[in-house]
Amino acid sequence: MPEFQLLGQKPTRQGFGEGLVVLGERYDNVVVLGGDITESVMTSFFRDRFPDRFFSIGVAEQNATTIAVGLALSGKIPFFASYGAFCAFRNADQLRISVCYNNVNVKIGGGHAGVSVGPDGATHQALEEIAVIRTLPNMTLVVPCDYMETKKATIAIGEIWGPSYIRFGRANVPWFTTEDTPFRLGRAEIFRDGSDVALIACGAMVWQALLAADMLAKRGISACVINNHTIKPMDVETIITAACRCGAVVTAEEHQIYAGMGSAVAEVLAKNYPVPIEFVGVRDTFGGSGDPDELMEKFGLTWKSIYAAALVAIERRDKGSTGVRRPTEVPRFTPADGYAA
Amino acid sequence: MKAENLRIVFRSTVYENRPRRSEEFAEIAREIRRDIIKMLVLAGSGHSGGPLGTADIHAVLFFGGYMRYRPKDPWWPGRDRYVLSAGHLCPVLYATLARAGFFPVEELRTLRKYGSRLQGHPGRDMGLPGLETSTASLGQGISIAVGMALSDKWLDKSDRRVFALTGDGELQEGSVWEAAMAAAHYKLDNLCWIVDNNDCQIDGRVPNVMSIYPIDKKFEAFGFAVMQCDGHDYEELSTCLEQFLENHRRAIGKPTVIIARTKMGRGVSFMEDDYRWHGKPPTPEQALKALQELEDPYITVVEPAEV
Repeated sequence: MPEFQLLGQKPTRQGFGEGLVVLGERYDNVVVLGGDITESVMTSFFRDRFPDRFFSIGVAEQNATTIAVGLALSGKIPFFASYGAFCAFRNADQLRISVCYNNVNVKIGGGHAGVSVGPDGATHQALEEIAVIRTLPNMTLVVPCDYMETKKATIAIGEIWGPSYIRFGRANVPWFTTEDTPFRLGRAEIFRDGSDVALIACGAMVWQALLAADMLAKRGISACVINNHTIKPMDVETIITAACRCGAVVTAEEHQIYAGMGSAVAEVLAKNYPVPIEFVGVRDTFGGSGDPDELMEKFGLTWKSIYAAALVAIERRDKGSTGVRRPTEVPRFTPADGYAA
Repeated sequence: MKAENLRIVFRSTVYENRPRRSEEFAEIAREIRRDIIKMLVLAGSGHSGGPLGTADIHAVLFFGGYMRYRPKDPWWPGRDRYVLSAGHLCPVLYATLARAGFFPVEELRTLRKYGSRLQGHPGRDMGLPGLETSTASLGQGISIAVGMALSDKWLDKSDRRVFALTGDGELQEGSVWEAAMAAAHYKLDNLCWIVDNNDCQIDGRVPNVMSIYPIDKKFEAFGFAVMQCDGHDYEELSTCLEQFLENHRRAIGKPTVIIARTKMGRGVSFMEDDYRWHGKPPTPEQALKALQELEDPYITVVEPAEV
């Protein structure tokens, strides 16, 4: 079980930019398309290192996405990065037909995700991309938790075949994973073991979930923290096993609570092992201008919300208010690697 | 009458890709048009007008020795690529690919049927030989073609060429002009963009729905080498394609556009230049008449007892 300490504050976009350079060094056919915000999403690292493999497409997300398809059909591994607000919505039709139906090896980097974009305000704060992207067949969707994991995830999606989307942010956020922290695409990582409530988080909310688990421990509540970075395809086994063990679940994401990661967890558990679930996320509203920390507080995207939600989930479980009681037996699931069952 | 009451035979003729005289192109185009009518009446749905209107363009492009391809080695890395951005015209593409020998002509009977490789709009997931990409959400195919040309010219430094066809109504999609901008910006002289200018779309004549004219001046302003021709005149089409190949050889640093004036439904008298034939198939009676006009040697009505 990994132990975590704060290593500093770094934006996840930096991990994306650095990951692309690693991919560029490893593979001659990795190509990057720029959408005029190259510095901002840090594809500039790749541009400066491999100018022959960088193509500026201008402010034209639809065209960039489909040009990437043409490149992929020519044996290249194209990455197109922009703000999630533009490269998951403006080009949604292109993603659906030309990328996913065509099933080509196009990679999308969606930056400036969540309200932590801060002063830019609601137009630039992507809060709905998980919902859009995870409904697309053939797509892989990953939402890494910090700078280092974003770097690993960027490299990982470059090394698998198929349409992929990686979601990252702009602001400095806690950096707490290292080169040695386990990461495998498609496998949720148990970052802290516990048996009373499962805190399932993605992105920057993973750190908040760890903080919440610390605070819950002070009340004698043992919380399991799961870094559910791969939203699609989701690690169903780890989710179900944790629900079986704890009987109460909280999901946390910097995204709308509708149709996001939490909803995906609910889909899995509703079918396989229904337990009380509380959802922490943005509640059907747009963002707004402000300091990132201020906004995270305002929208309830901190450890406090997760802590409160955990208490509610546990209470619902213990009162059996949903008719679901704490499980007495663990059904036949193979615990995922690393899970101390 | 039902489609089963028609005796529909697909000739198995396959054509070579080599320089030809106009009469030969005319015969190939007529064969493609017969295929289109047969496929559509068997499918009971689909688009008639556009495929018939572009049969001549496809005949010259695929069978005049202009494009390099190997039907028995469809993914040959040295091939030129063709993107049908106006994906709803796919019956003409399927017929052309079959007549080139990419897959058996008999498979044309399966258009739009469950499990068929000939999907209602082109789908690459079915693995049809010769089909480079899924298309049909209008405007996307041309950007894909730009990406292919970009890869060929600037990454692989190869002499492969990319041909793409868009409709004229399709030019109303804004992203088409993003593609045009990028093609000129990256000097893609290996890209040949053909506009099927039949002046018709689903709701009516193009200028009444949303004018896109003047097309030539728009492309000139974007930095294209612009050519215009009668899309049913084999010599003019050949001249334009030769000029494009010359542009590519000389590396003029500009993409080429060929604005081909066509008539929707060309070759079938009662469909010609009538926008209402954009998206419907012929009835069996109409198919009979159309195939007679197209001199199909086999078409007859069979009695129900024989069915």
